[in-house]
Amino acid sequence: MARLTSAAGRRLIAGIPTGWLLLLFLVPFIIVFRISFSEVRLAIPPYTPLLTFRHGSPALELHWSAYQFLFTDPLYVSSYLYSLKVAAVSTLCCLAIGYPMAYAIAHAGSATRPVLLMLIVLPFWTSFLLRVYAWIGLLKNNGVINNLLMSLGVIHHPLALLQTDFAVYIGIVYSYLPFMILPLYANLEKHDAALLEAAADLGARPARAFLRITVPQSFPGIVAGSLLVFIPAVGEYVIPTLLGRTDQLMIGRVLSDEFFENRDWPVASAVAILILLLLVVPILLFQRYQRRELEGAR
Amino acid sequence: MRERRLVPRVALVLGLAFLYGPILSMIVFSFNNSRLVTVWDAAHSPTLKWYGALLHNEQILGAAWLSIRIAVIAASVAVVLGTLAGTALARLGAFRGRLLLAGMVTAPIVMPEVITGLSLLLMFVALGQLIGWPKGVGALTITLAHITFCMAYVTVVVQSRLAGFDESLEEAAMDLGARPARVFFRITLPLILPAIVSGWLLAFTLSWDDLVITQFVAGPGSSTLPMVIFSKVRFGVTPDVNALATIMVLLVATGVAISTVWMRYRERRRARDLQLAAAANL
Repeated sequence: MARLTSAAGRRLIAGIPTGWLLLLFLVPFIIVFRISFSEVRLAIPPYTPLLTFRHGSPALELHWSAYQFLFTDPLYVSSYLYSLKVAAVSTLCCLAIGYPMAYAIAHAGSATRPVLLMLIVLPFWTSFLLRVYAWIGLLKNNGVINNLLMSLGVIHHPLALLQTDFAVYIGIVYSYLPFMILPLYANLEKHDAALLEAAADLGARPARAFLRITVPQSFPGIVAGSLLVFIPAVGEYVIPTLLGRTDQLMIGRVLSDEFFENRDWPVASAVAILILLLLVVPILLFQRYQRRELEGAR
Repeated sequence: MRERRLVPRVALVLGLAFLYGPILSMIVFSFNNSRLVTVWDAAHSPTLKWYGALLHNEQILGAAWLSIRIAVIAASVAVVLGTLAGTALARLGAFRGRLLLAGMVTAPIVMPEVITGLSLLLMFVALGQLIGWPKGVGALTITLAHITFCMAYVTVVVQSRLAGFDESLEEAAMDLGARPARVFFRITLPLILPAIVSGWLLAFTLSWDDLVITQFVAGPGSSTLPMVIFSKVRFGVTPDVNALATIMVLLVATGVAISTVWMRYRERRRARDLQLAAAANL
């Protein structure tokens, strides 16, 4: 359509969404960045201005106190590390469960494949919040799993399943599994069966052919699926709040508490900026994959 | 070959059980008489009493109505913006600001929601102080926030659909003298209609479902359904939420089934038209 539209039309088509995202996506980040260099004060808005006027001349007032605070209180550092650990473990679990599932769908008959794909996507269309909530009923002390195990005589006292790391892993894997399976499937489906046949003809056992041919070829799918799980999981709020520990918070919860409970906008902003710093490389990697996927299809 | 396929197949069956087990348990226990939710009261179950309680819960009904209105507006605006962005990225070639638009459009998909929510709220507050609009936070700011993250998904859906077609159809229409607007409405739009429909449904679902971003940009008196549910379940399981979940799962399942059938019908009709056109040329 490069030659289909006038210059003015092209400017409108690209300009309207760009303008919207500048105002409601980019500018907000700049504001967060700016507030993270302020100090709290009792006023509206509850933070110090960046520019002050002394004797008529402007002076820039940068405060590092929010960042200093984050690094002196061990609560924040341990929340960061804990969030990274939870996200990494959940991503690996998703990969371990999702890879064979995606593989089975890619090798299913052409009639069953769309049905299986729909079954994978369908939970994603139902409420995320309610699906996490369902696990409370399953995991709590007098919940379904404990009741079942006790009535079978496997255990005699209920296991503490809720409010543990295990419950958070389950919640994240359960909610994000479709995001792992879909890019993996999109990749595995494109593989050329002739390569595996050639390997078999040359005497490679199936396991070896899988490890030497299928796995390396599916690397872009593995990276895309892992990023789609890892990045949002680091800042996850709902799952750890409903299922997780109360003595160790994830960083998304810390941000929310700083903002809503302590009303400390500069510290909440500094937490957000530090999460972004951690995630900037994964996010850029994901965007590169996404661009190649959408533009390579032509 | 066979033993190699067995492991993935078992994994697929177990994985699907993992995905659907919790949803099924919610449905089953929505018919349970006991207030304890997960302890089956065999003497008085199944019962529909939690569904009845739901119908008289003004708070839940009001929140659901607010969520529906926000989701319809957010999805509709997001579809327009997302179609523009998807068309620009797939059809305009290299234009100035392309990298900026492409970057901003995919970022909200993976961005942790707490960060998006915080930054949007701080922007609304700053804007309110600068120009006096928006006045406070509420349904308006929720809708603006939802449009922003929904349009990212619509863009990806539309862009990948457009990338699947080459531009020869549009160029042929141009060569026959059709004006750009006519080409768009007669050729491009019908081609990407399935993407627009699924983009709208996706946007509606995401808006209807969002909790974290909404909590940041909501004000007093603008509680959406997820906010009401979250405040209920934060301190334990309640049986009427199970009934609500069952209703929502059934609605979604029907909606997805209908749209899948409709889309497949459209695709088949298009394939038949192409065959007829090819036969006519012989």
